[in-house]
Amino acid sequence: MQPIISVSGLNKAYGDFQALKNIDLEINRGEIFGLLGPNGAGKTTLINIICGIVKKSSGTITVDGFDNAENFRATRSRIGLVPQELPTETFETPYDVCRFSRGLFGKRDNPAHIEKVLRSLSLWDKKDNKIRTLSGGMKRRVLICKALAHEPEVLFLDEPTAGMDVELRQDMWNVVQSLRESGVTVILTTHYIEEAEQLADRVGVINHGEVILVQEKTRLMKEMGKKQLVLHLSDSIAALPSSLDDYHLDLSDDGLELTYHYDTKRDRTGITALLSDLQAVDIRFNDLHTSQSSLEEIFVGLVSKNT
Amino acid sequence: MNFHAIRAIYRTEMARMMRTVVQSIVAPVLSTSLYFVVFGSAIGSRITEIDGVGYGAFIVPGLIMLAIMTESISNSSFAIYFPKFTGTIFELLSAPVSFVEVVIGYVGAAASKSVVIGLIILATAGLFVDLQIAHPFVMLLFLVLISVSFSLFGFILGVWADGWEKLTIVPVLVIMPLTFLGGTFYSISMLPPAWQTISLLNPVVYLVSGFRWAFFENSDVAVAVSFAMVMAFLLVCLFAVYWIFKTGYKIRS
Ligand SMILES: Nc1ncnc2c1ncn2[C@@H]1O[C@H](COP(=O)(O)OP(=O)(O)O)[C@@H](O)[C@H]1O
Ligand SMILES: [Mg+2]
Repeated sequence: MQPIISVSGLNKAYGDFQALKNIDLEINRGEIFGLLGPNGAGKTTLINIICGIVKKSSGTITVDGFDNAENFRATRSRIGLVPQELPTETFETPYDVCRFSRGLFGKRDNPAHIEKVLRSLSLWDKKDNKIRTLSGGMKRRVLICKALAHEPEVLFLDEPTAGMDVELRQDMWNVVQSLRESGVTVILTTHYIEEAEQLADRVGVINHGEVILVQEKTRLMKEMGKKQLVLHLSDSIAALPSSLDDYHLDLSDDGLELTYHYDTKRDRTGITALLSDLQAVDIRFNDLHTSQSSLEEIFVGLVSKNT
Repeated sequence: MNFHAIRAIYRTEMARMMRTVVQSIVAPVLSTSLYFVVFGSAIGSRITEIDGVGYGAFIVPGLIMLAIMTESISNSSFAIYFPKFTGTIFELLSAPVSFVEVVIGYVGAAASKSVVIGLIILATAGLFVDLQIAHPFVMLLFLVLISVSFSLFGFILGVWADGWEKLTIVPVLVIMPLTFLGGTFYSISMLPPAWQTISLLNPVVYLVSGFRWAFFENSDVAVAVSFAMVMAFLLVCLFAVYWIFKTGYKIRS
């Protein structure tokens, strides 16, 4: 299937500063894509270029097969954007700004759709209040409603839960899930790993303007689900007895460290069995510890390697 | 062409006018009426007639001009500056619209407001003095063209301005003096010859003169010249807007 968004060879320079470096990225139709990266990595710049707010320096971007420069009307009418900052009108009402957005994106009035969107984000009873009287969380939801008012196929959420408390964050995640169920492709940027874990089908990591990893989240999760048990042996051993083969243990070069990989998601970790089997072959240890490779660690590792 | 977008912008801008009716309509009408009362009665008691027209009636076209020029500029410059200031402009930039639709929507709304204000002031003035309009259609044509030109000018100002000072300084430092020196309250022919010549460098003279001709059939400069000046100003503004559109000047980084 043709990707809904395809970015190739994208570069962006602000004066001498290279904000995006030769980005290649494809977003699949209907997926939730999590774009992860530390502050200043270039996430917002990338999104703004796709949406037409910032000019690219070079490269091509297509949305649903249309070039975003030559055919900007076709590409932009398919996209909804919720920006990172919260710029909202102040004196207008949620209903009016949604109607405005819909018209601006070239769709004729449709009160039923506006009502549906406002209801889905629990704003219907606030529809006639002035936006400036709403709370921060509501303002963000108004922005989401605006972005959805013209029935986009792709929704960009730039740091949708930054500064939100846990409860609101959960609400937001529910909204994103239900959008995906309705067939909308969602691209969200975040620097909360947890958020990407929770929501994304695929994860892309961007750092210093470069995409350094794009992967299915489940594969990352598998790595993440693995834990290691490290045993520090009292006496160095040359080789492992064959009775321990089933455990697939790693022996360090100096013969003093045994590493056992196990999966926390399984019913049994096999640790107790391992320990008694070790005792049976008289391998003693004087210390042990466990460690986990989290997405966080993978992420931090990638990002620091890249600096 | 995205007509839904033009309509959405126009409708929102007009709704703002209705929401702030005191500020956007009552205030300019009131201040113009004050000018009218103060200048009309204070000076009108000394000067009874200019070129065969009662002084009270004589200043009406100039006052309408003053109001629609300042209102056009402030309305459209504010309309485009405010989204830049609050950040809501991101939506315009990410929408499937070209600059053309944006300009038609904002400038159309600002010019509509000015025409409405001009007509209300005209009607109000009619309560104070006896007014006849010799060429109503020419009067309307000038009213519309000048409203559109100055709304375009305001739009350019709003795009260019990167602070509130710049936004307010041009109307105060440029438009007000030019208007006051542009024959709003007097006929250029009342000035010493040297000042008459200097006045002809002031574009507002041509606008006021042409507009006044539509009322009283007398003018400081030929009406055709006035019309040519209005069209020239309109074209310059259109070209500037086109250039902004082409280059993305101060709009897209
Ligand atoms: N308008 C701009 N002019 C100059 N530099 C910019 C501009 N916008 C962003 N940058 C720089 O580009 C880099 C990427 O920024 P951004 O895309 O906002 O990162 P992120 O969204 O990942 O935090 C940052 O170093 C930022 O300072
Ligand atoms: Mg950002």
